[in-house]
Amino acid sequence: MTNEIEVKELEQVVVRFSGDSGDGMQLAGNIFSTVSATVGNGISTFPDYPADIRAPQGSLTGVSGFQVHIGAGKVYTPGDKCDVLVAMNAAALKTQYKFAKPTACIIIDTDAFQKADLQKAQFATDNPIEEMGIKQDVIAAPITTIVKEALADTGMDNKAALKCRNMFALGLVCWLFNRDLSLVENFLREKFAKKPEIAEANIKVVQAGYDYGANTHSSVDHTYRIESKEKEPGRYMDITGNKATAYGFIAAAEKAGKRLFLGSYPITPATDVLHELAKHKSLGVITVQCEDEISGAASAVGAAFAGALAVTSTSGPGICLKSEAMNLAVTTELPLVILDVQRGGPSTGLPTKSEQTDLLQALFGRNGESPMPVIAATSPTNCFDAAYEASKIALEHMTPVILLTDAFIANGSSAWKLPDLADYPAINPPYVTEEMKDNYTPYKRNDQDVRYWAIPGQEGYTHILGGLEKDGNTGAISTDPENHDKMVHLRASKVAKIPVPDVEVEGCKDDADLLIVGFGSTYGHLHSAMDELIKEGKKVALAQFSYINPLPKNTEEVLKKYKKVVVAEQNLGQFAAYLRMKVDNFVPYQYNEVKGQPFVISELVAAFNEILNK
Amino acid sequence: MSEFTAKDYKKGQPRWCPGCGDHFFLASLHKAMAELGVSPWDIAVISGIGCSSRLPYYMNTYAMQTIHGRAAAIATGAKVTNPNLTVWQVSGDGDGLAIGGNHFIHAVRRNIDLNMILLNNRIYGLTKGQYSPTSPRGFVSKSSPYGTVEDPFRPAELCFGARGRFFARAAASDPAGTVEILKAAAQHKGASVCEILQNCMIFNNGVYDYLAKKEDRAKNAIYLKHGEPMLFGENNEYGLAQEGFGIKVVKLGENGVTIDDILVHDAHCQDNTLHLKLAMMDGPDFPVAFGVIRDVEAPTYNEAVHAQLEEVSAKKKYHNFAELLETNDTWEVK
Repeated sequence: MTNEIEVKELEQVVVRFSGDSGDGMQLAGNIFSTVSATVGNGISTFPDYPADIRAPQGSLTGVSGFQVHIGAGKVYTPGDKCDVLVAMNAAALKTQYKFAKPTACIIIDTDAFQKADLQKAQFATDNPIEEMGIKQDVIAAPITTIVKEALADTGMDNKAALKCRNMFALGLVCWLFNRDLSLVENFLREKFAKKPEIAEANIKVVQAGYDYGANTHSSVDHTYRIESKEKEPGRYMDITGNKATAYGFIAAAEKAGKRLFLGSYPITPATDVLHELAKHKSLGVITVQCEDEISGAASAVGAAFAGALAVTSTSGPGICLKSEAMNLAVTTELPLVILDVQRGGPSTGLPTKSEQTDLLQALFGRNGESPMPVIAATSPTNCFDAAYEASKIALEHMTPVILLTDAFIANGSSAWKLPDLADYPAINPPYVTEEMKDNYTPYKRNDQDVRYWAIPGQEGYTHILGGLEKDGNTGAISTDPENHDKMVHLRASKVAKIPVPDVEVEGCKDDADLLIVGFGSTYGHLHSAMDELIKEGKKVALAQFSYINPLPKNTEEVLKKYKKVVVAEQNLGQFAAYLRMKVDNFVPYQYNEVKGQPFVISELVAAFNEILNK
Repeated sequence: MSEFTAKDYKKGQPRWCPGCGDHFFLASLHKAMAELGVSPWDIAVISGIGCSSRLPYYMNTYAMQTIHGRAAAIATGAKVTNPNLTVWQVSGDGDGLAIGGNHFIHAVRRNIDLNMILLNNRIYGLTKGQYSPTSPRGFVSKSSPYGTVEDPFRPAELCFGARGRFFARAAASDPAGTVEILKAAAQHKGASVCEILQNCMIFNNGVYDYLAKKEDRAKNAIYLKHGEPMLFGENNEYGLAQEGFGIKVVKLGENGVTIDDILVHDAHCQDNTLHLKLAMMDGPDFPVAFGVIRDVEAPTYNEAVHAQLEEVSAKKKYHNFAELLETNDTWEVK
């Protein structure tokens, strides 16, 4: 039967699984992306979940989505709109339909479109497809009924059986994209290794979904195949930004020969970093779930004093609370990494959504002159390198470092080539030397203006650190105006002297008419927008900044090289303002959007075209 | 015998007001450290902000004067990172119980092995005379010109409410009593809270006058010692005895009271009911309790953290980053 169906070759495809928060859409999406990655496709995923703990079943606020983008080659983002929308209930269709392309295929569970479901989803009529004006192909399957039938002979109770509905959708999507079900089976057997009966039930339902597609393809005239293009050989895994961040800290601690300490307090969307690090006690990682955000940062300062690679993880509201302890690390010149997984603000804001609105807080949100290096990760997998680099700078330059990620890359995932630590640069903290014994003072510096680190427990190096201004020579409390001025300058020059790599220009770097400038997590969207524009024949380049403070040495040169520059960011222009402060006579165009959602590539392309035409 | 003397722990010239209780306490701390004999370089003294929090500047140990209220949190990070350090955390009543109240109770609850010193003069000195969370109701100060309208914290209550396993008290003006409890605190495994009653010459002078001199303490205080009867008075003529659900002051030889009627102190009793009663005693009807009031063994946070690291490490098959990567689902691209 399937052979009567045309198989279309696609470069890339976006699938959005949506349903109630408890419907297991994330698992279905994860399996689909992993299976796709296993056959060599590029992948990028993004969960879009509600802030409510568990909204009423079937309600509009309880809908959770998981978007998977797979491509023949590298994919940079989870994609704008989807080619396939899975809507497990009426509320999901209502809220998620806006993400479907005009050509999309929509899969719904008709059993979850009954009168009560439609009411909960606030449909006025009993024909939601018509009511919403849906013109696309719809595969309307009685998923719940089929799942119950498929599992009838397993003796599973109704509740347990219904938990497998997500696997039906997965099976159907696997049929649509010609995925090998044996890969799915392997995944499920491994995931439910301790509960083989659950694994087998899920496998049964996946098969039922696949068969349903194969047998009743009346509403679709084609399936798709996405061949993988060449990719760098090696071993790969699927990794989220938060997990990659945690791995980066672990790797840096191992390379530096330090114990990793995390002081943290749970906060969306950063908590997964705490979860991840709490698992790895066999690597000697200490995690303390503190009484509050303040203690998270303060305990990390104490851990740094005692000689650890100290990290504290949080999101924007937590940074507000941590800033005093971060400043203590500035003035005591202790190594500390502060992870800010940005979310929508101000205040509690949009806890599960993504923004880049903490940039100026990271740079300047503390009392006094408080210079602090700031690094922004550009993708889920880049979180690893960024966390490694932040740790290296902190330890080698004796300074707190802020690492900015955000909900988008923290929860999103992509395929990651397993790194070899041998390829990563050594980390050499400026430890005290034997010659300094008995005449050590804590603020004596090397030629990088970095002070030497004496860790408690060593004879001959006792000293005091403190929040009060200190004499640069003796370390004693000093209110001397000249000394304070000198210390303020020294702390600033220490950070300014940190070597960072040049910012890279991609695309038409020699003759672009428009340079797109961004920082951090928008890399994938801005890169995709640039690719689109180049395909249209436009001369466009991209400079994506990862090092925010200090800025790369070639910043001014790059910003001044092109006729037009647009700074695109998910805030009201914080990076543009910062660049204007650092680069004289720099007057960029700005593209700002603060919706809590990733950029939309088509909107970026339209906006950049408008600037090109000005 | 310790190889160190008090001098080995001393540094600099204290800048507190003449006659401040901090001077007395500092001398007692140096002395206690010398008697304990822990090398100065194996000690970290961590304070917050306030008059008493200047103390680390006068210590020839590793030290840190941090930010207001956070000393217990910072000390927690240091201790759990390196459990071999002896960590002293020094705070005043404002630093420890107002701005740092949350860290105080959680450090005590976790039972992390810190020697937590609470220098209680019932006033804010560094900011020049505002009431503190231990100032009594009605206390007149610059920020309460008509008297406060709030009840104070009583540190022992807070400590026991947070499941405190060690609570001791001394007057700063009593070096012997102070040294004794500091040594006991250091020897106790877990969070040890020492309340030091101290005078502020400038903003709260005389607050503990009824306990300042030895002869006053004989009348108005009782020195508790584990295993010994609870006697006080110039000639130990008074004692504490049980009365119904509570305790009362009795005089030996009066109303047929004999030494057998006097309670014997049990600092190691798990139940803290009587410890609380003793710690809450105050004049004029009761003597103020000094010495180690409660000293109960319990698992410490730092030991448990490191024990868990070892326990999990023995079970898991991955012990470095490369092995960690192997625990993931991976695929090969050729």
